[in-house]
Amino acid sequence: MARTPADLVRAEPDPPFEITFDGRTVTALPGQSVAAALWAAGILAWRTTRHGGRPRGAFCGIGQCYDCLATVNGEPNRRACLVPARPGDAITTQEGHGHAGLAV
Amino acid sequence: MPGSPSEPYDLAVVGAGPAGLAGAATAARLGLSVAVLDAAAQVGGQYFRHPAPGLGAARPQALHHDWAAFTELRGRFEASGATHLAGHHVWAVTRQGEEAWSVHALVGVDDGAGAGREGGDVPADGGRGGTDTGEGRGTRGGRADGTYSRSALADGSRGTGSAEVSGTPGAGTGGEGRTGAGFRGRRPVRLHARAVLFATGAGERQLPFPGWTLPGVVGAGGAQAMLKSGLVLPGRRIVVAGSGPLLLAVASSLAAAGAQVPAVVEASGYLGYARRPGALAANPHKLLEASVHGAALLRHRVPLRTRSAVTEAHGTDRVEAVTVSRLDRDWRPVPGTGRRVACDALAVGHGLAPQTELATGLGCTTRRTPDGTYALVLGRFQQTSVPGLWAAGEAGGTGGWQLARVEGELAGIAVAARLRALPALTRSRRVRDLARRRDRMRAFAGAMAAAHAPGPGWTAWLDDDTDVCRCEEVTAGSVREAVTALGARDARTVKLLTRAGMGWCQGRMCGAAVACLAASGTAQGTVPPSAERRPLAVPVPLGSLAALPEDPGQGDT
Repeated sequence: MARTPADLVRAEPDPPFEITFDGRTVTALPGQSVAAALWAAGILAWRTTRHGGRPRGAFCGIGQCYDCLATVNGEPNRRACLVPARPGDAITTQEGHGHAGLAV
Repeated sequence: MPGSPSEPYDLAVVGAGPAGLAGAATAARLGLSVAVLDAAAQVGGQYFRHPAPGLGAARPQALHHDWAAFTELRGRFEASGATHLAGHHVWAVTRQGEEAWSVHALVGVDDGAGAGREGGDVPADGGRGGTDTGEGRGTRGGRADGTYSRSALADGSRGTGSAEVSGTPGAGTGGEGRTGAGFRGRRPVRLHARAVLFATGAGERQLPFPGWTLPGVVGAGGAQAMLKSGLVLPGRRIVVAGSGPLLLAVASSLAAAGAQVPAVVEASGYLGYARRPGALAANPHKLLEASVHGAALLRHRVPLRTRSAVTEAHGTDRVEAVTVSRLDRDWRPVPGTGRRVACDALAVGHGLAPQTELATGLGCTTRRTPDGTYALVLGRFQQTSVPGLWAAGEAGGTGGWQLARVEGELAGIAVAARLRALPALTRSRRVRDLARRRDRMRAFAGAMAAAHAPGPGWTAWLDDDTDVCRCEEVTAGSVREAVTALGARDARTVKLLTRAGMGWCQGRMCGAAVACLAASGTAQGTVPPSAERRPLAVPVPLGSLAALPEDPGQGDT
């Protein structure tokens, strides 16, 4: 009986690497999306909504719902379920539309 | 391969799932030049999503009952000579003239095209565009206007999506450090083709309920997609709920991957299948599939609750429990039957909705399926109502991967017959056999859709303050006010009055629900038409639109 998805498929991944989420170190595996790496660390939310300020994370998992938008290396509105995690990526919770820092 | 830069492909296939792969491999084997455009980094579509190579899955088949069939299909595709353009997000197809279409795509969008064989390593220069694939293919042959030609891709840049377009030097890829897949490296590309096969698949249909926006509430298909590609789970105790056969598959794979599944909650019964015994008897493989999932659920001691629904998810920052209520025949919750089930995730979905916008944008007609979605109307040889455009798989109605593969092959033969002026190709015994299998599986799909059609009472799950539109945070109360006080009778009018469906996802998540609420003031059926007309299938930067070259004949699109 498999205890984890990695057990189930007998995964022998390439060496893991580190990314950060709001400054906290998160371990990711090569080939995982940003959302998958965050889920693996028990993190389910990385955005707050524009109107209610409510937490959101991945929902559809296939790039259709745009709920999983995150700020990746300072760039807002990236779909975390599609963006591959890369060593050293800095993921930060996106507040609202993510452009508050811009003078627009 | 011969050809001037502007020489078109014979066939452009949109989508690299079972339908697209079968269609492309078949057409290429019959002598056509074929390009397959797909948004993902690897072929397989949603059903055959699988871990990236860097995850080193020794037994990917543990997440796929039909893995051997997929590897066989993939092998045929790779041997066929068709070109695979990964990481290509197709946003529109336009008519250029007789037997002349332009397929417009963006590359370098949030995609994994860079996570190829090298496991997505950061390029040595610390950040290049999303068309950098780690496969080391040089720039070749693209034109400055981003048009692909057959000669430019003569090396068949399979599996990389890196068939280059020479954009403005340094455009969007310089100096912003490690931007991963190169969001700022988005570039528009165009591909010309004499015919187009839409193998665009389907998305999951959602019906809202209080608490469905909490983190930890995910699509049933979404949970499976994240598991298949990333080997991750949203929690350890995952309730699976909604309606449709996908729920059984999702629950059994989550349980196999180590999750506890306190319950599978199905809003319909399964007795609906029994009303169409002919379709059941003619599709024993589907019964076998169901029994395999059923056996897995028994083995993992997962209880199945039919005629029930999750009518509320509880929690503040993430889901902590759900309320499961019994439903009457119309899917209205039976008062006093709510039971609280503790969980740390919920995987929920109500069947699949065909993705048809590229085709409907060109005028292809649709039909209403028995469960209220809209699918493309297709002829005997998978042709749409618009000459020169074919479709296969879920775009013509949800029916599973075997049906998609059969339809893809049929379409591939039909396109070759048309373009090579060899009508005899469609009169073979093989074609008759494929058509028979397709019709049999379509009949089963219809029976399944009818059995899982949402009942009109589901709207009783909603509180006035339940968000219906997740993107724009539009509540059920606002939508109801638009209907009852302001006279809206369709989703489009509701959108104009409330912004529901006007957000990032363009109504893909809330469309079915808004249409139902809008129709509550009318005498229509359970799931009324929703206005699934999206001129752009994916978000496109204004700059990309502005950069479109003027094409001869573009004035009539």
